[in-house]
Order: sequence, then C-alpha cells, then structure tokens
Amino acid sequence: MSAHEQFADDLALYALESLDGEQRQSLEKHLEGCASCRGELELLRGDTSLLALTTSGPKPPARSRRRLLSAIANEPRLPAVASTPVPERRPHSWRPTFGWVAAAAVALVCIALLRQNSNLQHDIVALRTQFSDQGTKLDDANQTVATLMDPDATRIELVATGNKPEPRGKAIYQRRNRNLIFFASNLPALPAEKIYELWLFPANGGAPIPAGLFKPDARGSATVVNPPLPEGVEAKNFAVTLEPASGSHEHPRGTPVIVGVGE
Amino acid sequence: MPNADTNATTSDLSLVTAIRAGDQGAMAALYDRYSSIVYSVALRVLQDTGAAEDVLQEIFMQLWRNPQAFDASRGNMGAWLAVIARHRAIDCLRRRRPENDIEDVVVSVEPDLASDADRSRAMDKVHGALQSMPVQQRSALEMAYFEGLTHVEIAAKTGEPLGTIKTRIRTGLLSLRKVLAA
Repeated sequence: MSAHEQFADDLALYALESLDGEQRQSLEKHLEGCASCRGELELLRGDTSLLALTTSGPKPPARSRRRLLSAIANEPRLPAVASTPVPERRPHSWRPTFGWVAAAAVALVCIALLRQNSNLQHDIVALRTQFSDQGTKLDDANQTVATLMDPDATRIELVATGNKPEPRGKAIYQRRNRNLIFFASNLPALPAEKIYELWLFPANGGAPIPAGLFKPDARGSATVVNPPLPEGVEAKNFAVTLEPASGSHEHPRGTPVIVGVGE
Repeated sequence: MPNADTNATTSDLSLVTAIRAGDQGAMAALYDRYSSIVYSVALRVLQDTGAAEDVLQEIFMQLWRNPQAFDASRGNMGAWLAVIARHRAIDCLRRRRPENDIEDVVVSVEPDLASDADRSRAMDKVHGALQSMPVQQRSALEMAYFEGLTHVEIAAKTGEPLGTIKTRIRTGLLSLRKVLAA
C-alpha cells in the first residue's frame, strides 16, 4: 500500500474536520511534503462544499445585512503603516559623529510614534466596531419592544393538541416589519435526534413557512425572536412540530405539538 | 434585499479586488450573492438562528478585514465560503477556538456557484446523489458534516467498525464529485 493509499480515508475525514489525535498529526506531517495529497485534500474540501447545497433554506434576516453594512461602514481600511526606510549602505565608520547618533535617536522616536499611532488606530477601529454592534443590538431591542407594544400585531395563543393542557405558546407577529416573537412553556423535553420547529400558516392557504428551530430549556420554556420570514405574509395561524434534528426543515414532517387557536 | 443574481456578471474576483480598495458596495454585492449559502450551512449545523447570524457576521467581517485571504487559487468563492461557514459553525457547536485560519483553506470544486441557476443545478445533482446512496453511507456523511462528529464518535453511535465509517465517508464524498463531474 502506498503512502497515498494509506492516507486516502484519513484525508476525507480531515477535510470534514473529523480526524483528531495522532492520526491527524500524522496526516498533517505527510501533507507538508506531499503535493499530491494536498491536491486531493482541496478536491475533498470541494466535495464537502457540495453538501452545503443540501441546506438551501431560509435566507438570513434583513437585519443581518444591516448589521454587516453598519459594521463595515464603521471600520474603514487602516492606512498601511509606513515602513521605516532602509538606510543606504555607506562605508562603515568606527567614529560615530554626533549627527549620526542624533539621527538614530530621531529614527527610534519615529518608530515608537508610528507603533503608538498604529496601536491607537487599532483601538479606534475596535471601539467603532463595538459601538456599531451596540447600535445594532439597540435597534433590534427597539424593534422587539415595538412589536410587543403594537396594538395591530397578531396575537395567537397556542395550546396542546392532546388532552394535556400544559404545553403552551404565544406568537406575536407584526406583518409589516416581519417581526415575530414566540414564547413557549411547559414543552416536553426533546427526544434524542429531535428538535422543535415553529411554523407560520399563511392566511392565503399557502404552504406552512418555517419560522425557527428551537430547543426548550430544562423547564420546557423557549423563545423565538424575529426568525427570517418572507415579506408581507399575513398569518392565519402558528404551530409547533417535533421534527427530526437532521434533514430538511422546509416542510413539516413531524408531529404537531401545539397549534394556534386564534385571537 | 437586492437579488443575488443582480451582479452575477461581476466576477467574484472583481468584487474582492474592489473590497480590497475599501468598496463597501462590493461587499454588499458579495453578501447578497453568498449570504444564503453561509447562513443556511450555519443554521443547519447550529440549529439556532441567532448563532447562525453571528457566524454569518463573523465570516463576512473577516473577509472585509482581510480580503486578500481569498484569491483565485483558493477555489471558487461560493465553495470556499461554504467550507469556512461549516468549519466555523462546527467550532461554535463544540465551543472551541477556530481550528483553521481562513487563509489556510483551499477548495477545489468544479461547479461555479456564483449564480442562483448554478447553485440550483448543482443542488439537484447533489440531492440525487445523496438519495441514491445507501442509507448508512448518507447517514455517516451527514453526521460528520452537519453534526461535526469524528469518525470515532460516529462508530460509537452506530456500532459500526471504524474502518467502515472511514471508507463510507470517503466513498460518499467521491460519489458526489463523480455526479457533479458527469
């Protein structure tokens, strides 16, 4: 068996970040000197990226775009710090003059100032980023409060489908801004390989729209705030289903746990 | 939000060049083109919309701060971002520090994923390939890719020998490549 064949399976695991311990170290050492295996690793990473295509689902919410653009607007490019010019070589003299020493001192001061300047610019960028993030969080919080207080928001109470009345949920939905806040309580603990999913049922009778995956806490409580939703959808109802943790979450496959009962 | 294909005629490399010059509009165009891939991968792994949004923000901010991390030798942008998004999401899932610097990731894949049409065609082929795989093989691939399990953890979970898991994952990936190349 050649070295390449020996590492063939490990390369696939490495591409998936699923290889650890001594096998990982051994492979990384081999990769340093093997262009053929490095090429195969690039191909295998490409293969893994194809798996990403199976996840195509909800688009990120509009606030993510605003958050990014706000952050980059507050983080302009750092100007490159001027490099210290390399002094021209001159015949070496063992008799330093006062002027030479003074020039060296000035150069040292300049270098120190440049470093300080660079550090200060990094601090400014970090503070701007922090400020931008805080602003985005404040905007989100204001939107959340506005949704909660909006008298026109749809309010739907969800109760258990079976005889047990304990699991409850409340969805507050603001169509014009696509804001949705959902609270649930007393949900049963999740079985292995399962997850809860909230669904919006459009008033036009269209297919249910996924409105967020969630896991309740130890007391069965959970909150979903502003999941990504398409524009302008009027809600007729909401429901929560128990779904397989893996696979597509674009259409309900699992059992309804709680459903809306109207305003 | 602008349509992802609006600027499909502008190549990824042209956008990255503009981003290097500090062009915020180019950054927005690149985001519109690829944010869905990044977000959906992160969401599938993390199953938490807030955490997926954080991964999305982190990756595009890294690209803004260090656009030279991507050049033509890294592969195509969509595949490169998908790989990085998945790595970051797994790091987040395992609550560990990032294990890969984005500058170290090189991806080689045939289909160009720059347009919705490219992605849709490739997606159909990948779905077909996954459906035609034996269930155990598909399951091993999904556990490794989406749950971030090591082959040892997958073997423990399924009760299968380590060597079998390794081979299933590799041949599964190779079969995806074969289908896309056809």
